[in-house]
Amino acid sequence: MDHTSFLERWFRRVALSIIIVFFMFPIFWIVLMSFQTNETILRSPPSMSFTPTLDNYMAIIAGRLDSNVASMGIDFVNNLMNSIILSVCSVAVALVLGVPAAYAFARHKFRGSEDIAFTLLSFRFAPPLLVLLPLTLYFQEIGLADTYLGLVWVYQLICLPLILWIVRGYFEDISPDIEYAYRIAGHSWFSTFRKIALPLAGPGIAAAGLLAFIFAWNNFIFALVLASADKQPVTVGALAFVTASGIQYGQIAAAIVLSIAPTLALALWAQRYLVEGLSLGAVKG
Amino acid sequence: MTDTLTTRRRQLISPKVLPYVLSLPALLVCIGILIPFVTAIFYSLQRYRMSQPWNRGMNWGENYVKFLTDSDFWNTLKVSLVYAGSTVVLELLLGLAIALLLKKRSTVNNFVSIMLLLPLMTAPALAALMFKLMTNPNFGILSYFMQVIGFDDFRWGSSPGTALFTVILVDIWVYTPFMMILLLAGLRSLPTQPFEAAALDGVPQLEQFWRITLPMLMPYILTAALFRLLDSIQQFDIIYAMTQGGPGDTLMVFQVEAYLNFFQSTNVGRSAALLLILWAITYFLSNIFVKNWLRLRERAKGGA
Repeated sequence: MDHTSFLERWFRRVALSIIIVFFMFPIFWIVLMSFQTNETILRSPPSMSFTPTLDNYMAIIAGRLDSNVASMGIDFVNNLMNSIILSVCSVAVALVLGVPAAYAFARHKFRGSEDIAFTLLSFRFAPPLLVLLPLTLYFQEIGLADTYLGLVWVYQLICLPLILWIVRGYFEDISPDIEYAYRIAGHSWFSTFRKIALPLAGPGIAAAGLLAFIFAWNNFIFALVLASADKQPVTVGALAFVTASGIQYGQIAAAIVLSIAPTLALALWAQRYLVEGLSLGAVKG
Repeated sequence: MTDTLTTRRRQLISPKVLPYVLSLPALLVCIGILIPFVTAIFYSLQRYRMSQPWNRGMNWGENYVKFLTDSDFWNTLKVSLVYAGSTVVLELLLGLAIALLLKKRSTVNNFVSIMLLLPLMTAPALAALMFKLMTNPNFGILSYFMQVIGFDDFRWGSSPGTALFTVILVDIWVYTPFMMILLLAGLRSLPTQPFEAAALDGVPQLEQFWRITLPMLMPYILTAALFRLLDSIQQFDIIYAMTQGGPGDTLMVFQVEAYLNFFQSTNVGRSAALLLILWAITYFLSNIFVKNWLRLRERAKGGA
């Protein structure tokens, strides 16, 4: 219906503008803050005119916070590295473990397959602390406390169910006939999986992998409980940074911008995959 | 038919066990998770404070029985339910409204829906920090706005009266786009015939919404709402990063209370019991969710 009234068009425009402002303003403002010195941040009333400075970012990258009172060392770059290591490794492990399992659940209705699939899914919904708190005590005993290995393992709680359920849906959408045809031509099960099923489910695997990466990056509670300062990702590191740096607001803002930039960039770059993964993963399965 | 093929190429793994072999690694990783779960049940039945190791012992259900007369527990339950209930309802209404606005595919609408992805991709803990900066009493832009419109003493997260509002605002900022994406996918997948028929019959827009859109969208709404409810009742990141459960006990939701019980008062028994009660709630909710979701998947498959 193209004969929408003048009033309706204006209502739509105003509503959309309010939505954009509400959802974009916090990001916009924090980015602005990250380019300001403390003096301009603390002006009242707040103003958008200032000479942008890269000092905050330089301080974080150099690892030194200088204030007029004292200077102290910080290691936020290390937090960034940890985030990258943890998210990349977790997604890689989850893909290696999850994609074959997803294929099994989609193709072979074996005994107990639905029960197992749901048990795995239920991990997604259980309170993480329920597992994490006893796990801290166990990890200390078996020496996994404060290791990347232990963290990557626990991160499977987020990544694995996600990959399993999204990828399974994509495998189910592929007609088994194509695979049968290829197998009848004399190819082994494994080459069928590799040459037919994997490429056809490619977009789904990419979507699931991206989402898993973002959720792993954004995770807070696992590392808060299990990691000490030198293994902490940005989410936990930023909180510690706020406490440690006190009133260095510009640097706090810069740290937040550096921490959210990777996931936001990914989101913009791969938005179509993400929307599909989010909506198919939850709605269509 | 496949017999000849399988005999020609000697297979290492017989087709019967293949699915088990494929899913076994994933299962093993997760079974490692089941052990701490059982341990948590065990802890919840113990008198166990890390500060008093000599006093440790089974007290069976005492931790749970104590909750009945424990006002802190009832406060936790109340705050968690209020938080989860209000975030889900508000996000649902907002998400539905936005989805309806963006229903038609156009450049502007696509742009808006891509922009809305950004809050959702921001780590909730970092989103809380962003709002903490914006609500800082000295320079926070939101505090300034509040002053401008006449609330001189609006102290956001640091006052018991407004702390809940503040964290709910952050939650809405982060998760409304999630609702929007699901509902938009739902809206766009609805068949067009009923709407065309209604338009031909001259049914007014509002009535179309109540009579056609809403009933047809209901499965999607239920799925999205249950999914968010499951997450929201366990919210930790936003609340912990914003106020650590404070001021006082205003924001002591389940997981924050359990975390502080474990690490600050080192009362492992009480912490585990709290988490198991939360687990029971989420287990109940997730069963409803899964049933609903399966029905929706069947319908989506059948309709496609």
